[in-house]
Amino acid sequence: MVNNMLLEIKNLHAGINGREILKGINLSVNKGEIHAIMGPNGSGKSTLSSVLVGHPAFKVTEGTVLYQGKNLLELSPEDRSREGIFLSFQYPVEIPGVSMVNFMRAAVNEHRKYNNLEPVSATDFLKLMREKRAIVDMDSKLTGRSVNEGFSGGEKKRNEIFQMVMLEPKLAILDETDSGLDIDALRIVANGVNSLRTPQNTTLVITHYQRLLDYIKPDVVHVLYKGRIIKTGGPELAIELEKKGYDWLKTEAGE
Amino acid sequence: MQDSNKIIDEVTTNDYKYGFVTDVDTETIHKGLDEKIVRIISAKKKEPEWLLEFRLKAYRHWLTMETPAWAHLTIPPINYQDIIYYAAPRRKKGPKKLDEVDPELLKTFDKLGISLQEQKQLVGMAVDAVMDSVSVKTTFKDVLAEKGIIFSSFSEAVQHHPDLIRKYLGTVVGYRDNFFAALNSAVFSDGSFVYIPKGVRCPMELSTYFRINAKNTGQFERTLLVADDESYVSYLEGCTAPMRDENQLHAAIVEIIAKEQAEVKYSTVQNWYPGDKEGKGGIYNFVTKRGLCKGKGSKISWTQVETGSAITWKYPSCILAGDDSTGEFYSVAVTNNHQQADTGTKMIHLGKNTRSRIVSKGISAGCSQNSYRGLVKVSPRAEGARNHSQCDSLLLSSTCGAHTFPYAEIQNETAIIEHEATTSKISEEQLFYCNQRGISTEEAVGLIVNGYAKEVMNKLPMEFAVEAQKLLSISLEGNVG
Repeated sequence: MVNNMLLEIKNLHAGINGREILKGINLSVNKGEIHAIMGPNGSGKSTLSSVLVGHPAFKVTEGTVLYQGKNLLELSPEDRSREGIFLSFQYPVEIPGVSMVNFMRAAVNEHRKYNNLEPVSATDFLKLMREKRAIVDMDSKLTGRSVNEGFSGGEKKRNEIFQMVMLEPKLAILDETDSGLDIDALRIVANGVNSLRTPQNTTLVITHYQRLLDYIKPDVVHVLYKGRIIKTGGPELAIELEKKGYDWLKTEAGE
Repeated sequence: MQDSNKIIDEVTTNDYKYGFVTDVDTETIHKGLDEKIVRIISAKKKEPEWLLEFRLKAYRHWLTMETPAWAHLTIPPINYQDIIYYAAPRRKKGPKKLDEVDPELLKTFDKLGISLQEQKQLVGMAVDAVMDSVSVKTTFKDVLAEKGIIFSSFSEAVQHHPDLIRKYLGTVVGYRDNFFAALNSAVFSDGSFVYIPKGVRCPMELSTYFRINAKNTGQFERTLLVADDESYVSYLEGCTAPMRDENQLHAAIVEIIAKEQAEVKYSTVQNWYPGDKEGKGGIYNFVTKRGLCKGKGSKISWTQVETGSAITWKYPSCILAGDDSTGEFYSVAVTNNHQQADTGTKMIHLGKNTRSRIVSKGISAGCSQNSYRGLVKVSPRAEGARNHSQCDSLLLSSTCGAHTFPYAEIQNETAIIEHEATTSKISEEQLFYCNQRGISTEEAVGLIVNGYAKEVMNKLPMEFAVEAQKLLSISLEGNVG
């Protein structure tokens, strides 16, 4: 049997400033799947995404994470990116003075170098930018500006998805990408994710609400609560959560 | 935070690439400074009597002066009797064409990326190469002469164009101007002289490359640039020095005169040896640069990228005497390790409807101190003067200092003066965002620093913008967080 496992998290404990937030996460994700991770505020959803991309503020205290069979926790944040992990940030930071074009070219070329490829030529790069911009319906004015500088909340999220389609990650993690977006923007985000949908590309959608899942159909839905996954099911679980809220699960979890 | 500081340290501590010494036979005079030395220098240059008089007056005045102490700098006492004031690479004996250059010197400049063989040079640039106290070679002199442009070493100009030198020397920076200007006026050795005749647009970039090579010497060069009515010239200077444990003094003067509707662009990429990581050695760079917008509608623009020197004390300034004249100052000053810089500009508005613009970008790392000091002065008769100043500081460590000392003396109520200032630090979140996209911290710092300095870098002539960008990243290598 071919091993189709992309990500395997076992008994993951992690926290920030000595406070434990993840208290034993177990999660397996196969290639080509879309998983949704839902849960009430403060359940550890964003911590999980930060730990997976190696944010230095978070410390792993126990457990293992295998990514394509490698020990993910040993890799630097930049190597995790080059290995194909992408995070769409919940709050993308502004980098004044650095144009989107220069930023993206540096990123694309770093990925190419890691894979022993020559840097992309200026012409090819601009062509690539144009193609990918069309997928997320992004104005060329935005890519001419500094990274996220002066972007509205919705523009920042769209810019995250633009970067995602540029880098074509194997594992894309969307951290609350839907928060604060209107229906049109949601559709664009979904469009970006769906454009990457191949048997190789995997997406982890972290969200509080069900509505993004109307556009991005998950294969598996997990509920994260107090640092543990307390329930896993199919797409119908998301719909049930939308109707009934999280309280019934809290009761089920023994509270 | 600990980690990111460590990373910054790594990014900003990098070795100086130009620290080699050329093994060339050098003619030097003995150490020390007195009237006799001034006379020896003048005699070696076969100078006319009036120039010797100028030097002696400057020397006598210098004796009455004291080192300026107002800058935000810690300058160790300098023993002026312990410096050699004249050092020249010795010409090899034997029958030779007059303008033939010692191959060893050609190699030196090649190594620095400056080719003195015209056929190998960048298209559109003429170079005057100065090593220690003398000019080694000036290229494309003949091509320029066809247009009436004079571009030569200062010593040659004294011989061939004494009237022009006598007319303009010391008219913008007088020998009484300040301590280091007086010292330079007494002992200056070589430098460049440029004259652009009326209505001529100089067809190539003019450039002077200064190299300190000899030990225990000071370099005191002098540049005089005269742009006649309706002329244009773009001028660039670069500089490097070997790595040595003892400090060396560089005290230069640059004077620019722009007549009616003339425009002068003066760009500097300063990369003198900054000393080692512990702050040992390095060049003391005490320079007086001033431009006089003499004619109506004239324009002088200073652009500087300062990455070198142990101590920098330098304020390229503009006197806006002609009505409707414009002065500009664009500066990026990088300090790292134990470097100190006190740099900025003076914009003196004398004429009507004069304009000035100041953009200063300081970048401090390591344990360095980086100060902007600027004066905007509007005289009573300068109706309708305008100034816009922008002073930004970027901090890359928690042990460095960034300081801003803006002065404004406004004596005409029609003046419009604007001043903006920002201080920022590269945040951990910015670096992490770059990391998450596959960009290493070192490269992220390069991107951010070059983005920050872009407005100034864009003012440099194209050929140098790329070099200067690399220089910025290298100066900060191993030092970001």
